[in-house]
Amino acid sequence: MSTLKSIVRRILSAIPVLIGVVLIIYLILHILPGNAILTMMGEHAREEVVQQLSADLGLDKPWYVQFWMYVSGLFTGNMGTSIKYHKPVSELIATYFPVTIKLSVLAALVAWAVGIVCGVVSAMRKDKLADRIGMGFSLLGVSVPVFMTAMVLQYLLAYKLKWFPIQGTKEGFVCYILPAIALGWSSAGSVARLTRSTLLEVMESDYIDTARAKGRSVPGAVVFHALRNAMIPVVTVMAIQISSLLSGAVITETIFSLPGIGRLCVDAISGRDVPLLQGSVIFATALVIAGNLVADCLYSVLDPRIRKEG
Amino acid sequence: MALFRSKQDVFSEDLASQIGESQTLGVQLRRMARRNKLAVASAVFLALLTLAAIFVPILSPYDPVIGDASIRLKPPSAAHWLGTDEMGRDVLTRLLYGARISLAVGVVPTLISMILGVALGVVAGYVGGMTDYILMRLADVMLAFPSLLLAMVIMYTLGGGVLNIFLALALVGWASVARVARSETISLKESEYVQAAKSIGVSGGRIIRRHILPNCLPALIVLFTLNIPSAILSESSLSFLGAGVQLPNSSWGLMVNMGRQFLYNAPWISLAPSAAIMLVVLACNFLGDGLRDALDPHLNNE
Repeated sequence: MSTLKSIVRRILSAIPVLIGVVLIIYLILHILPGNAILTMMGEHAREEVVQQLSADLGLDKPWYVQFWMYVSGLFTGNMGTSIKYHKPVSELIATYFPVTIKLSVLAALVAWAVGIVCGVVSAMRKDKLADRIGMGFSLLGVSVPVFMTAMVLQYLLAYKLKWFPIQGTKEGFVCYILPAIALGWSSAGSVARLTRSTLLEVMESDYIDTARAKGRSVPGAVVFHALRNAMIPVVTVMAIQISSLLSGAVITETIFSLPGIGRLCVDAISGRDVPLLQGSVIFATALVIAGNLVADCLYSVLDPRIRKEG
Repeated sequence: MALFRSKQDVFSEDLASQIGESQTLGVQLRRMARRNKLAVASAVFLALLTLAAIFVPILSPYDPVIGDASIRLKPPSAAHWLGTDEMGRDVLTRLLYGARISLAVGVVPTLISMILGVALGVVAGYVGGMTDYILMRLADVMLAFPSLLLAMVIMYTLGGGVLNIFLALALVGWASVARVARSETISLKESEYVQAAKSIGVSGGRIIRRHILPNCLPALIVLFTLNIPSAILSESSLSFLGAGVQLPNSSWGLMVNMGRQFLYNAPWISLAPSAAIMLVVLACNFLGDGLRDALDPHLNNE
């Protein structure tokens, strides 16, 4: 019961953050005195056409009225119309979104797999060579720019060895493998570090001693007892990773020509398409907020101590 | 303090952990230098790179802008250590000129966001109440954005260019600093010496300057070194996407972007600056980790 209550409270507390996000993006993009109509119609548009369009789109009203119109539109799923594609922004996002989701989920799987394996190996062989290699590998992932990993993978495995398609999504699933590795590796580092440190902490606790006394081997104790509790903070850090995964997706989608949300943002910028840019950034940020919310809730479900405190 | 240095390691470390917070910054740094060779090597590397970036006009015989058309796209050789680019310019020379902007972008916006974040965080933590609530909700909002997307939107409004990158990255970065500064302030506010200062009527501003800020310093130094690499990575990503540094200026990210179309026949053009970014980020991370081990009072006792 108390879990349900705390979940509801968390969802409610996310709403002001979301409103703040919309307000900030709106303000940043509308500070400019630039005229959206002129961008749409070209510099030589006739004066009365410009005025008519401004009135139609509500652009002649003060910014807070426009903001209110935009926010109330958001509630009905109306995010305006893209200047470049002449389509509703929400429709474009719905078309591009699945690609980003596939890429991010695969990248998250890579990050989890690499991070947890490196973390567990490092913790079990603490201060030995394997620990150094595991931590080094994950630190390298954090330090290498995503575009470098992506370009090297693209050059070696797609261009030279021809194991993977170079770009696009025509061939289906295989197209996502290289981008997901490039993106996931960059997030693996923090998962690995956290897995290592929490696992080391958990291995000190009494119930691990009990399990060992009952005859569990060290790997057995890790897999059956320690890992489950060590994973709790790791779940939270994965939620924080959603934000950096989406940042990195902008780059990987550009390099591998994947039609996703990141690509949409880059297109919107080069096409000076404010409604599209605004819509896709707000959508991506809403995803991050939702991800954090899910992690918060998972956290309280997984950890009975937090569940009680509610 | 100097006495402890002359004793044997075990003894001095034992004493060092006993004196805890009364250690000066210098002592802590020297201890790090002794224990963590990787951090020292990283600091030396960063210093050398900075010097090379400053003195590149003397060090390199080549021009960063005007190329030699007869040596276009040449692979690395004795004359051109990192090869030449599509206009016959020396990649290493361009790399060092680009380091000026890339390193500046690491330091300047990080510094601005530190000042902004510390000011807001300390005020939020010290004053509390409604001020704290509003500032922290604002920080929540800023932290919800995927940082690259927010930076792209700001750059879209401001336009490209180095100064605008400074501003954009500072605006993106202050919130996480403010959170750290706030939590440090809140824990320091309850300490006995701050309470004592308050009880004898010391003003809030003076308490912040004399007691809170100096004690936040170790945590902030660590945060500073760890935020530099993320600023460098953000700039390179922005420039890579064409939303950052604009020609004729050059940064590493922009070099990668320009060299990308030659990836298949002259990979060194974009891989050399990528590797440079990687090395600098690695060095900053090693240095930051070393500093954290040396300066973080929570870790010192372990």
